[in-house]
Amino acid sequence: MFYFILKRLVQSVFVMLAVAFLAFSLFRFVGDPITQMTGVETSVEDQSRLRQELGLNDPFVLQFTRFTSDMLQGDFGFSFRTRQPVAQMITSRIPATLELGIVALIISLFVGIPAGVYTALRPRGVVTQAILMTTLVGVSIPTFVIGIMLIFLFGVQLGWLPTFGRGGTVQIGSWESSFFTLEGWRALILPAFTLGVYQLTLTMRLVRAEMMDVMRSDYIRFATARGVPMGRLYFRHALANTMVPVITIIGLQFGGVIAFSIVTESVFQWPGMGLLFLESIRFVDIPVMGVYLVVIAFFFVVVNLIVDLLYVAIDPRLRVKDVS
Amino acid sequence: MKDFIKRSEGLWLFVHSPAVMVSALVAVLIFLGATLAPWIAPTNPYDLASFSLMDGLLPPVWEEGGVAKFSLGTDDQGRDMVSSILYGARLSLLIGLSAMVIATVLGVGLGVAAGFYGGRFDAIVMRIADIQLALPAILTALLIDGVARGILPPEMQQSLRVSVLTLAIALSLWVNFARTARASTFVEMNKEYVHAAIIMGQRPIRIMLVHILPNILGPLLVIMTVDLASAILLEATLSFLGIGLPADSPSLGTLIRIGMQFMLSGEWWILWIPTLFLVALVVSINTLGDFLRDVFNPGLR
Repeated sequence: MFYFILKRLVQSVFVMLAVAFLAFSLFRFVGDPITQMTGVETSVEDQSRLRQELGLNDPFVLQFTRFTSDMLQGDFGFSFRTRQPVAQMITSRIPATLELGIVALIISLFVGIPAGVYTALRPRGVVTQAILMTTLVGVSIPTFVIGIMLIFLFGVQLGWLPTFGRGGTVQIGSWESSFFTLEGWRALILPAFTLGVYQLTLTMRLVRAEMMDVMRSDYIRFATARGVPMGRLYFRHALANTMVPVITIIGLQFGGVIAFSIVTESVFQWPGMGLLFLESIRFVDIPVMGVYLVVIAFFFVVVNLIVDLLYVAIDPRLRVKDVS
Repeated sequence: MKDFIKRSEGLWLFVHSPAVMVSALVAVLIFLGATLAPWIAPTNPYDLASFSLMDGLLPPVWEEGGVAKFSLGTDDQGRDMVSSILYGARLSLLIGLSAMVIATVLGVGLGVAAGFYGGRFDAIVMRIADIQLALPAILTALLIDGVARGILPPEMQQSLRVSVLTLAIALSLWVNFARTARASTFVEMNKEYVHAAIIMGQRPIRIMLVHILPNILGPLLVIMTVDLASAILLEATLSFLGIGLPADSPSLGTLIRIGMQFMLSGEWWILWIPTLFLVALVVSINTLGDFLRDVFNPGLR
């Protein structure tokens, strides 16, 4: 098991290196950094002196090593557009995106898993058919349209909920949280639901498929024959065995949630990383684009590691032998 | 014979599910409308002389103040909504279809080759696919678009917009094809007819194209339908975000973005008619995709 974790750790380091390399190539080769940094009136001599000073004439490997070690020390360079340190720009935006993503994920799990179990146990029921039909339509409607519909219904027509921004936030250290004010929660509901819908349908369909599979298996039949109470049968015997694939997909999807928040944040003008990334694309702000990529990749890697650890907790077989 | 039964069974399923028939009808109508847009649209929304601000913000014909000339109303510039939507759907479908075709050719080509040759080539292709699979398609498309903005000279940006968008979408969708094609090729590689072809000394390219490809088309057809829907959605999303097509050559996504500005002021048709159109298109393509999957994989029913 230790070997299993170690192997995953090494893999993660390689993934991060690959992404750092991508970010570095973006920065180095998409447009010339010197022309981006200097104005038209800078003389050619000054430009080449700057090039020398910044080490842009050094061998490629040396430059990449320097780039990586700077990143590890938290130095992410400066934005072409605002001239601020990128690290500061991104970290101030992380809490908004992360809180949005977590609430979206919680919504999708707390609705998706019970709905999946229900539709698997009553495959022919009217409610099941209705739920399945709704999810099919839900998958086909683009995220931004769902957002627009929610804004129109709850924001414009009913006037119940705010439709943009974060509402009230509370500053805890450097973390700007909307969990502690009523306004913050009110502003969070619509975007979080919008972001969670796709994950919700996915979770539901997956749990349903897995449950239907498990319910057909011999040990469930045996448990039924033995007279195990229904509740215990469904949740302890059946659901527990569907959790490994479900957790894998949810883990992988969390990265997707963070990335998809680009769309949701744009619809609701939610001041998170996604909105920053969109602005950086519009203005070809390469350093911000690169760092966003690295940060997203970091989330992916961390979430995947957690998923691997959860496997070990859920599936006792992994604790005995080294399955990788 | 087996093929015939499968086909007739597909036909039977088709006739017996109203949802699928309605979807097919909607999809065909939208395809026709988009293809024939230059001939059936009342005005040309790209031609600045064909509309005037005087006609701005007219409601659809059934609402009070509607004019028969503009059956679905006009936007703030006085553009006819029917024409905008037909031309918008034309662009959306053009980009979606070309992106899907490029993704298919690229993905199936690499996938079949990876399955056929195996070894190092297979490993490299699949590692790239793995990495890309970890990134959501929208992020990949945004990145490619951003890089294109950085590389291309400003004067070419506008004229190449459609190509850049198509390529960005295609490059973010090829992975599905590659993985499916590779897996199916592996299965076919163990069958006698492929062994026979190899022993007969046929050229690899011929074996891949003439022998293997026709036998793995079924599942690929399903992915093509589903990915067409994804491509259209992706284009709409990018345009909605303001990264895709500009307002003077609007796709459905751009139209929705424009319509957002009128959500509060009561001109509902500018927002909701293009939205309804987009959703109808994507839902019907997805329903057809589900149907095709049922036909090709009876086990999943």
